[in-house]
Amino acid sequence: MKSTRDGFGEALVELGSTNPDVVVLTADLADSTRVKDFADKFPDRFFQVGVAEQGLVTIAAGMAEAGKIPFTTSYAVFSPGRTWEQIKVTAALNDVPVKIVGAHAGFGASMYGATHESLEDIALMRIIPNMIVVSPCDYEEAKKATVAVANNGKPSYIRLARQDSPILTKPDGKFGIGKANILYEGKNPQVVIVGTGPVLSEALEAARELEENGIGAIVINLHTIKPIDEQTLVHWAKIAGAVVTVEEHQIMGGMGSAVAEVLSRNFPVPMEFIGVKDLFGESSRDYNELWKKFGLKKENIIEAVKKVITRKNI
Amino acid sequence: MTKLSPSELQEIAKKVRRDIVEMIYKAGSGHPGGSLSSVEIMVALYFGIMEDADHFFLSNGHVCPALYAVMAEKGLIDKNLLSTYTEIGSTLQGHPERTKLKGIENTSGPLGLGLAQAAGYAAIKKDTFVFCETSDAEHDEGNHWEAVMFAAKYKLNNLIQIIDRNRIQIEGTVEEIMPLGNLIGRYKSFNWNVIEIDGHNFNEIFEAVERAKKEIKYPTVIVANTVFGRNVSFMEGNPNWHAKAPNELEYKKAMEELK
Repeated sequence: MKSTRDGFGEALVELGSTNPDVVVLTADLADSTRVKDFADKFPDRFFQVGVAEQGLVTIAAGMAEAGKIPFTTSYAVFSPGRTWEQIKVTAALNDVPVKIVGAHAGFGASMYGATHESLEDIALMRIIPNMIVVSPCDYEEAKKATVAVANNGKPSYIRLARQDSPILTKPDGKFGIGKANILYEGKNPQVVIVGTGPVLSEALEAARELEENGIGAIVINLHTIKPIDEQTLVHWAKIAGAVVTVEEHQIMGGMGSAVAEVLSRNFPVPMEFIGVKDLFGESSRDYNELWKKFGLKKENIIEAVKKVITRKNI
Repeated sequence: MTKLSPSELQEIAKKVRRDIVEMIYKAGSGHPGGSLSSVEIMVALYFGIMEDADHFFLSNGHVCPALYAVMAEKGLIDKNLLSTYTEIGSTLQGHPERTKLKGIENTSGPLGLGLAQAAGYAAIKKDTFVFCETSDAEHDEGNHWEAVMFAAKYKLNNLIQIIDRNRIQIEGTVEEIMPLGNLIGRYKSFNWNVIEIDGHNFNEIFEAVERAKKEIKYPTVIVANTVFGRNVSFMEGNPNWHAKAPNELEYKKAMEELK
């Protein structure tokens, strides 16, 4: 069990050694967004802007125009939450490689309540032209995503979680921006479960339990939400004939919506969506209680799978 | 309003501090430093200043344990609620929410947004006093300064901002993270009426508010110099206690010091 933010922080230190153009900016959250090690090791390439997210992103855009690769960190509710227009104009429309790192996404900041729980950031970022949107599912993938994003030359968003979560991918496994990975391949699949982020651990458990009960499932790790891997999604939708999407985010506008946009154009199949149903989050001393309350657990996924399979025959 | 004596107010402040430490200890999370520094400001507002028609906007919502405890002492909420702070289903959220708890004027937590809401309210409700507590660190946010200009332009003399000037933020001192320079001079240059006080001294808080109420032209800012983590020796002035719950030993030590 390790967190995606830890993977990001460790990869960033390595990048600091290998790429002198990488600079890091934070809005009074170096420690919890895991850039403190970078700051200690490369003090000349680290900028503390204070609690000023709008400045964080726009200052970074200026640095990017000057040839740097700036990683900006805050909690996702603040950036990209508060910084949306700044990102749209000064990073994306300007087409400079500003990296927006949104930490504590999903229900990670559970103890702090709705104001600090980011359930909208995927939608906010994927709707902007020219943005790359990456949502790693574990520590290992976060490391790879950080390196890939540093080298892609594009404005990019990385979504990170606060909590430690199971390692679902292998250190030597392939990772390419825009190329989805198959996390689980059941026999005679009757459903495709498409997930993103650490909540994929629930999808994986659901797939295993379904398999034991005679229902084959494919689990796709959609770590890149934009550009979306149409080919992989359509390929498996054709084979299985039904799709369930799983994300720690609002259903509206999120990863599932992106999948639906692809399938409805190419190969429409019955779909069910696991995510937050147009509700605000709330405080809890344990994020897992919120996963239960908002229906993001294995049981909810299994139920959705059974439902979507029955809809095939209608 | 019946005037309480300074010793009575100090007794309430002490109870509030104990409640704050206990809530954060039980929850296993929270923001003790700023909660403890703002105790006298909120006790003064609720027990000696605000009339029924007045309003209080808390901008730095992370110090809500102080607000919840003051509301409980005042009898506005059930004292038994305090132990549910941050629990799933509780009305006492980790950051205060207007729709969850009666008496909360504005949902807050994300910084730099409270003064603007208070200013908007004050611009419409000219016949009431609108109080707003902010933190010094949230002066980093651009949104805050937009409200500072608006309040001066519209001569909101019914708006009284109290800055909990504890000089600490998440990752260090305000001077280290983002120096605010001459904060008093900055407000003066924006045409605000500025009063500087000791934010733990009830008489100074009351006197400052009386002067603010008499201001006829400009909004007032009371720069209340406070001590971060006030009255818990190992928290005082230590940024590590911005967002951290005490362990059992630390909890016991803090409660001993707050006897």
